[in-house]
Amino acid sequence: MNAPRPASEPAAIAARDLSVGYGGVPLVPGIDLVVPARSSLALVGTNGSGKSTLLRTLVGLLPFVAGSLVVLGARPGGAPRHLAYLAQFHASGFVLPLRAIEVVRMARYPERGLLGRLRGEDHDLVGWAMETMGVADLAGSPLRSLSGGQQQRVYLAQALARRADLIVLDEPTAGLDAGGRERYLEAFAGELARGAAIVTATHDIGEAAEYDQVLLLARRVVALGPGAEVLTADRLLETFGILVRDPHEEHRGRFVVAERAHGAPQVVDVGP
Amino acid sequence: MGPLLDPFLQNEFLMRALVAGVLVSIACAVVGTFVVLRGLAFIGDALAHGVLPGIAAALLLGLPGILGAAAGALAMIGGVGFITRKSRLSSDTAIGLLFVAMLALGVVIVSRSSSFAGDLIGILFGQILGTSLENVAIQAVATAVVVITAVVCARPFLLLSFDPEQADVAGFPSRRYHAIMLVLIALTVIVSFQTVGTLLVFGMLLAPAGAGALLAHRVPVMMAIGALIGAASSYLGLLLSYSFDVAAGATMVLVATGFFFVVLAATNIRDRLTAGAREPDAPASGPS
Repeated sequence: MNAPRPASEPAAIAARDLSVGYGGVPLVPGIDLVVPARSSLALVGTNGSGKSTLLRTLVGLLPFVAGSLVVLGARPGGAPRHLAYLAQFHASGFVLPLRAIEVVRMARYPERGLLGRLRGEDHDLVGWAMETMGVADLAGSPLRSLSGGQQQRVYLAQALARRADLIVLDEPTAGLDAGGRERYLEAFAGELARGAAIVTATHDIGEAAEYDQVLLLARRVVALGPGAEVLTADRLLETFGILVRDPHEEHRGRFVVAERAHGAPQVVDVGP
Repeated sequence: MGPLLDPFLQNEFLMRALVAGVLVSIACAVVGTFVVLRGLAFIGDALAHGVLPGIAAALLLGLPGILGAAAGALAMIGGVGFITRKSRLSSDTAIGLLFVAMLALGVVIVSRSSSFAGDLIGILFGQILGTSLENVAIQAVATAVVVITAVVCARPFLLLSFDPEQADVAGFPSRRYHAIMLVLIALTVIVSFQTVGTLLVFGMLLAPAGAGALLAHRVPVMMAIGALIGAASSYLGLLLSYSFDVAAGATMVLVATGFFFVVLAATNIRDRLTAGAREPDAPASGPS
């Protein structure tokens, strides 16, 4: 996922001494962060560590508590045409009569506004995004008839069809099968190459290692830097409180993270 | 023309009632769709009762009832917003609290003047058979406003029904469009007080749109089905009311509710048949 970064391009995200939280109460203070265009950032941490809070702040759903934050050259949420966001949970009820293709078409609304007709290029993007995520054949299916994994693919297609400069994804691989994961990784590598910046919250340490930067969160910044430097046993222990050594021969040396909110940190060896 | 049309052609009041009923049905199908999709039924209910003291006070002061209805709706929405902002109570607690208070206030105001005790029934249950041309014109304007607004706001309304946060991120502020939606609900309720009445309009708001939700795979289709069922209910309700000499507005709402249950039964039977047609170990619902 490492792509050349022209120095002239402005950063997608620039945060200085940023505090994020709810109701003016900081949850994660003191975040210094620059995400250039064409680069990727993974947020790693337990549930409640502040990942979603930071993501929601980046896209402008949550006002930040202190510090400064510039996203896509504007205040967070100030450039909706250039931003895609996929939340972890979807408020959408099962009542809503909506076909899969209409969910993906929503991606083009910011570009066309209230009344602008969707053009040929919009329909091409929608078709390409659904093809890329392998849901083209489900275009006419009611959303409520799709499985969780199929719905997640449709939502990812929506994020792709936005053609955004910054793509923010909260646990995008949750519920995806192996085929879906593969398509997702390939598609978003393509988005990086196109010039987009990607920020993802993930529980998958192996996947996070592929990102340009990894931010370890535990209601504070544990570490920020390239995956190889940041994803060490000590720091993962600091982040998660418990580590399990991968028992499989071929993954020797890798860690599997078992989440635990409380208690003393520990490393657990699991025999092969 | 036969017994199905003659009553309407021979009685101008019945024809006016039918036109008003169809106009109410169109507004209710559009607004009711979002009430159903966004789970706003309770606030709609609250508005239906909240306008009562406003109308009663306006009539007592000799002002147009529609102004009082607007004031009542505004007070209701403002009150619910105030309570949910200033407390940790959920909006359904605030709504329940206020709608009983507003209903009580309406009864108190009405009881001040014995002369229009009968009007209370008229406000709640409407007087569609007494609809004047002026009322029809007002209803037509209101329906046009509702339809045009829904067309202009189709994208943010769809995003809002899908996920309010998606609306925000896409640059369509959810608070703004939620407020517009509430205004449309209020407008529909307010204007209907002269036709089906503020209480019965609620049935026209939910039953046709609810039936539409069971049948449609797209929002515009849901609205169209709702409008058709509403219009058919208006026609059948008026015809039954004329033939059997029963209350017109209430009969319309009962027919609409009947349509809902017919659709519910039909979709259940259909689902059972399609489930039975699958392999025995396949799940009854869900994708293949």
